[in-house]
Amino acid sequence: MTAPTYSRSDFQTDQEVRWCPGCGDYTILAAVQNYMASMGVAREKIVFVSGIGCASRFPYYMNTYGMHSIHGRAPAIASGIAATRSDLTVWVVTGDGDALSIGGNHLIHSLRRNFNLKILLFNNQIYGLTKGQYSPTSEQGKQTKSTPMGSVDYPFNPISLALGAEASFVARTIDMDRSHTTQILEAAHRHQGTAFIEIYQNCNVFNDKAFLQLTGKEERAINRIDLVHGKPITFGGAGEKAVIFEDGRAQIVDTNSVDATRILVHDETRSDPTAAFALSRLSHGPYGPTPIGIFRRVTRPMYETGLNQQLLDARTRKGPGDLEELIRSAGTWEVKKEERPAGTPAVAPS
Amino acid sequence: METTTAVESETASEKKLTDRIVIRFAGDSGDGMQVAGSRFSDASAYFGNDLSTLPSFPAEIRAPAGTLPGVSSFQVQIADFDILTAGDAPDCLVAMNPAALRSNLADLRQGGTLIVNSEAFDERNLGKAGYGSNPLESEAVASLRLIEVPMDTLTKEAVKNSGVSGRDVLRSKNFFALGLLAWLFNRPLEPTMEWVEQKFAKKPEVAAANIAAFKAGWNFGFTTEAARTTIEVRPARLAPGTYTNVTGNTALAWGLIAAAQLAKLPLFYGSYPITPASDILHELSLHKNFGVRTFQAEDEIAAIGSAIGASFAGNLAVTGTSGPGMALKSESMSLALTTELPLIVVDVQRAGPSTGMPTKVEQSDLLMAMFGRHGESPLPVIAIPTPSEAFDLAIEAARIALKYMTPVVLLSDNHVANSSEPWRLPQIDDLPDISIPFAAVSNGNGHFLPYMRDLDTFARPWAIPGTPGFEHRIGGIEKEAVTGNVSYDPANHQLMTDSRAWKVANIAQDIPLLEVNADEGADLLVIGWGSTYGAIRAAINRMRAKGRRVATTHLRHLNPFPANLGDILRSYPKVLVPELNTGQLLKLLRADFLVDARGFNKVAGEPFKITEVEEAILEVLDK
Repeated sequence: MTAPTYSRSDFQTDQEVRWCPGCGDYTILAAVQNYMASMGVAREKIVFVSGIGCASRFPYYMNTYGMHSIHGRAPAIASGIAATRSDLTVWVVTGDGDALSIGGNHLIHSLRRNFNLKILLFNNQIYGLTKGQYSPTSEQGKQTKSTPMGSVDYPFNPISLALGAEASFVARTIDMDRSHTTQILEAAHRHQGTAFIEIYQNCNVFNDKAFLQLTGKEERAINRIDLVHGKPITFGGAGEKAVIFEDGRAQIVDTNSVDATRILVHDETRSDPTAAFALSRLSHGPYGPTPIGIFRRVTRPMYETGLNQQLLDARTRKGPGDLEELIRSAGTWEVKKEERPAGTPAVAPS
Repeated sequence: METTTAVESETASEKKLTDRIVIRFAGDSGDGMQVAGSRFSDASAYFGNDLSTLPSFPAEIRAPAGTLPGVSSFQVQIADFDILTAGDAPDCLVAMNPAALRSNLADLRQGGTLIVNSEAFDERNLGKAGYGSNPLESEAVASLRLIEVPMDTLTKEAVKNSGVSGRDVLRSKNFFALGLLAWLFNRPLEPTMEWVEQKFAKKPEVAAANIAAFKAGWNFGFTTEAARTTIEVRPARLAPGTYTNVTGNTALAWGLIAAAQLAKLPLFYGSYPITPASDILHELSLHKNFGVRTFQAEDEIAAIGSAIGASFAGNLAVTGTSGPGMALKSESMSLALTTELPLIVVDVQRAGPSTGMPTKVEQSDLLMAMFGRHGESPLPVIAIPTPSEAFDLAIEAARIALKYMTPVVLLSDNHVANSSEPWRLPQIDDLPDISIPFAAVSNGNGHFLPYMRDLDTFARPWAIPGTPGFEHRIGGIEKEAVTGNVSYDPANHQLMTDSRAWKVANIAQDIPLLEVNADEGADLLVIGWGSTYGAIRAAINRMRAKGRRVATTHLRHLNPFPANLGDILRSYPKVLVPELNTGQLLKLLRADFLVDARGFNKVAGEPFKITEVEEAILEVLDK
């Protein structure tokens, strides 16, 4: 069945969008709504599930099925939907606090189970909805309302975390780059399994310009490392920097200083995550040269496929469930009306 | 009858009939006492006795062998009439080692029968149990009928040709003891032997060893005339029908499967392993051919979260846990409550607080089930009184959840969960249709209005993903009545809070009125809930046998209460509320109905003894 032809407005709701003016969430919402119009999935088959935080208001603005749930639990709730309804396309919208702090456990377990979920993690490196405390991705030393002397917490690297949690699809994109975001959304949708997408998202109120090193005109040219499948990894205005893999780690070198064959050729589909992990360690936050794109995209059986297969196998082996048979399955005895049978006397065992 | 004569002529042991007998098997947690007890129970069930069981085991899987913390026991009462509990004191105790004797001897009835594995009473084991001298030579034991059996030697001898070797040889010891009891209590042998053959079909040498030990145990009793009299309890006069022996956890799992079929929905069970609820997960995971999806989540919160997702997606969704897990699910229960999604939350209560005593019974989660959530968050609460009723009440919980679009708390406890009783099987065709239609007709001029309530039930419509034109969003933020849009309007919050409360309160019109079992002129009402049913009823029966006039009733619906509860309470000058907690139902009754009810409470990790309830009743009556 082909989906109807949609335009972006088919995915907009009558609810007023209430993010702060200038918030990066607006551009992500537009990118998602636009992409959904061309995704080829009927609107009623799409479900958005979110947790708590600015990003998590997202489902109210998507004219699909949706649930704005509670803090950190979106992947768990989405897992229940995906486990029982393979016909649906389920997207999770979350933030750095929601996914990596209060909901960290659900995130890693959904990644390893590999349900057919698309997880959009809006990373703004700050708590926005609670008005500006540091988050698990904030840089060490960050001064916020809850850390006036600077944060002593060491931050997560979300890409490294996802790879370590056995994610089958791991990518990073940036709110301001709508075309790149759309490409990643498309690749995530095509992927059969859980897709984890970290979206660098600017919070212009509490953490403005956090991603300047990757979004500023000049900075971007220097720092943005585009990962392109099948291509040697080079960056800088004219490709003057390159990434090589030596001494067990990814390293940035001057392109001219190495033989071209030593430059790491990006392969999203490597089954071993070592190279993808090494790339994720090139930066520990958007403070210098940082890879953008798909780190890993591998095929692994989805949880619901295995679950549904077991249901089929059980039915093939035992037939459809019969309640009468079930309640008799532990053995039964009859008590007849108005009769008191004498006990069977014990006899010596033969 | 010829065979009976033959038995009696071949042995000097004579057969004595009795109306009931209480037997307790006790040994190390690795001794197979639960197996021995449940086989004895099943054989008695096949024989036609009424029965009730009380398993008791340590939380440690294998505490050090021979020590007091490692003792596991299984008590069963069999009777030729309708019994209600596993009995207060055993008539016969099987003690496989000194530790088992030490932890159980005090419970044995005066003049009762004590069967011991004499070879386990060596210096080392006596020391581990803390005995300075051999208790079998003590005065406490002298007044008992003591049967000493060298079970190690006899078991070794019996299984020597079966193919088991090494440490496995002595593992059949429980079947030797079981065989001896089969002789002593004239139990049929076939059910046990058939069970062994089926259970160990893939390990024929183990099956052969167990059967050899079982027969050897029987023969030992028969040929040595281990006791002068054997005892028989005739079949009970139960209501006609087909029976099976069932535990509460199994009946609950089957009830959920039945409920899903009656609701014409697939069943989803999200759970995290926790004692004593895990067996529900185990049982359900065996029945995938019914379309049952079980999901072992990463934690208690994900367990309920996945169930909420499954409910949103159109399943009969259930999560099951015990007290500590119930606490973790609290926030999510409020989400299900405010999104008004159908959900069953099973709490198999155990002794708390915190880890407490995971394998011991308590009824101390009632107030948590009622009020343990943030905000104004009323939910229907149902409690299961007996193992077999778990089946019906699982269906009842599903009926209410679906009809009223609400989470329902279904309270079980360790006693209901693990004990067993004969269950007269229902006619499947007589079970109610509890299906409700998904929203299919737009209720809002082309827009779906997810919070447009049904005027009778106050339930909102259930539209599931995949239904074109019904796309909608729900969430934890307060919703505007009718549209479900986010709303911070003061009057709307009042309206929605009142609507949610009214919806639950209104269920009182849709549940059975409470029936009172009363003597003419009784001025005391004994009211209970949950697994205390058997002990309370048995105590009431004893009161009546003594000519006392009493009334009793038992609650299954704890929120809302049955509509006539207030009138019932107020019609008795005295109200006694026995509970395995410090007075939780008591608080509710006093608060809701302003009656001067009195509590009888115990939190010892074990069920009420009948005599305890009897004494409590007498004290109130004679005051």
